[in-house]
Amino acid sequence: MPEAARSFKVVKPGLATTVQDLGRPGYYHLGLPISGAMDRLALIAANRLVGNEDGAAALEAVFLGPELTFAADALVAVTGADLPPKVDGVEQPGWTAFTVAAGQTLSFGFLKGGARAYVAIAGGIDVPEVLGSRSTYALGALGGFEGRALKAGDVVPLGTANGTGREGASIPPAARRPVANEIRVLPGLYWHRITESAQDGFFEDTWKVAPEADRIGYRFRGGRKLDFVPREQPFGAGSDPSNIVDSCYPYGSIQVPGGTEPIVLHRDAVSGGGYFMIGAVISADMDLIGQLQPHQAVRFAAVTMEDALKARHDETARLKATVPA
Amino acid sequence: MKTRYSFGGDEHVFVEIDEEMSLEAFFKSLSMTNAVREAKIAGVTEICPANASFQIKFDPDVIAPNDMMAELKGFEAAAESAEKTISTRIIDIPVLYDDPWTRETLMRFRERHQDPSATDLEYAARVNDFPDVDAFIAAHAAAPWFVSMVGFVAGLPFTYQLVEREKQIEVPKYLRPRTDTPRLTVGHGGCFGCIYSVRGAGGYQMFGVTPMPIYDPKGEIGYLKKLMLFRPGDIIKFRAIDRAEYDDTVAAIDAGRFVPRIAEASFSLDDFTADPAGTNAKLLETLDA
Repeated sequence: MPEAARSFKVVKPGLATTVQDLGRPGYYHLGLPISGAMDRLALIAANRLVGNEDGAAALEAVFLGPELTFAADALVAVTGADLPPKVDGVEQPGWTAFTVAAGQTLSFGFLKGGARAYVAIAGGIDVPEVLGSRSTYALGALGGFEGRALKAGDVVPLGTANGTGREGASIPPAARRPVANEIRVLPGLYWHRITESAQDGFFEDTWKVAPEADRIGYRFRGGRKLDFVPREQPFGAGSDPSNIVDSCYPYGSIQVPGGTEPIVLHRDAVSGGGYFMIGAVISADMDLIGQLQPHQAVRFAAVTMEDALKARHDETARLKATVPA
Repeated sequence: MKTRYSFGGDEHVFVEIDEEMSLEAFFKSLSMTNAVREAKIAGVTEICPANASFQIKFDPDVIAPNDMMAELKGFEAAAESAEKTISTRIIDIPVLYDDPWTRETLMRFRERHQDPSATDLEYAARVNDFPDVDAFIAAHAAAPWFVSMVGFVAGLPFTYQLVEREKQIEVPKYLRPRTDTPRLTVGHGGCFGCIYSVRGAGGYQMFGVTPMPIYDPKGEIGYLKKLMLFRPGDIIKFRAIDRAEYDDTVAAIDAGRFVPRIAEASFSLDDFTADPAGTNAKLLETLDA
């Protein structure tokens, strides 16, 4: 089969379907975030199901799936959100490898749970690497398919499958994490800037995901406003008590502009700015944020560094156990 | 200066050199991040200097968080006594001040501004006690500026003017951020200037635009093969231009024949503190040589 034939055509793009892999580390000091799958475990699982390397490029579809017509036979797996895949209208199981034959169309039913589905195709998506990654950083028009989300009419090239994927391979439900109602946080950074009662209130209150939730960051609302410890604002910081002299923003850091609506920065984070932060979501729970839908209620739970490292260790073990059967 | 260490989750150490902005804090941050880079510590994945702080991203499976923090603390004393001289470059940035594009944009967002009856330039001139906009622009384009941080979005420089604190331009950010800012807008918020590398949201006051792209995701523009122009520690000289030079520069860039004016330079903080005007004059001679 000629290489050019290994592709799919976008009939409907979905809401914001992008090419993602495991990201582009090493350029954060120049304002380029790591990007890559928001739910990394789901991306890796999808790749393993079709016989790809863990970090092969796949599609990340949010809330609404795309409609894709394949030019050649392909082994496909869909993981992450519960977004039922269909081949020419016939529903296929999630977290399971299935075949889409040449000329057939992959589409999706309505979202039943989670937020982001990962569509891996044997051979991976063969867009050019930019700075070592195929991930899309849409804000900077960099990487992925022409630096943007897919559009109707795009023809997306695929790499050559290595033949190790097997139709029907599946990852058992036990390996998957349910959608979270609790996100673990290590307090720190500018934690001292808010009063003790505000510190307690942040972890006591129930927060809801705001409509402004994307790859850059997730905004939450519904909890009490945070009160600040009074101080004379330092030179260069700006006049609002939530302002600091512009600094770097860690991935997962929680900034609260004006003390009202917390924002958790994610894979396409803005790399710095002038808002104080009360801590950061632990690395083990970053994937979970990517599966939260707007209006969903969550609480934040304070943990220690020891807890964070234990959780990280547990997630590494879960990832190791995420193997097709 | 009181330096403070904190963890940002289990993958970052965040070091606030000082709560307030100063060239001393910036130099200490730059010196410590350079030391981290040279030490090639296993597990370090990102080294990000900022205005008066910095951040290290690390892999806690390779180096334990407490060990990572201890390593950083070990660099502090040396950074404080280090010679505050850097080899850098000075870059000429032409600016069309009071241009039609930022003017059109600021008019659209007037209800989000402190003074809806004035332009951003008029407002900034007034709150900084300049007699008029021309005098304000002259000050903005006179003394050079340090790139004290690159970030927010790809390749965006935060800049800090090389003048005594009492001469620093200070303006608040918009009351509520705009949802639109023209690409290559020269802006200012707090004591920091910036150049917006891409079109998008923003809260800084808008003073003008440069015709010179500073970020090229395709790497097609000759001087942007590495995609981004600025690195922390660069020095910028803004230069007021008229519409004819703006249009000529855009045409030269489009035709692939524009070469930015960039000169190698060295900067000593001690020299600058002793004689700001004289040190700046020498820097500008380097650029004009």
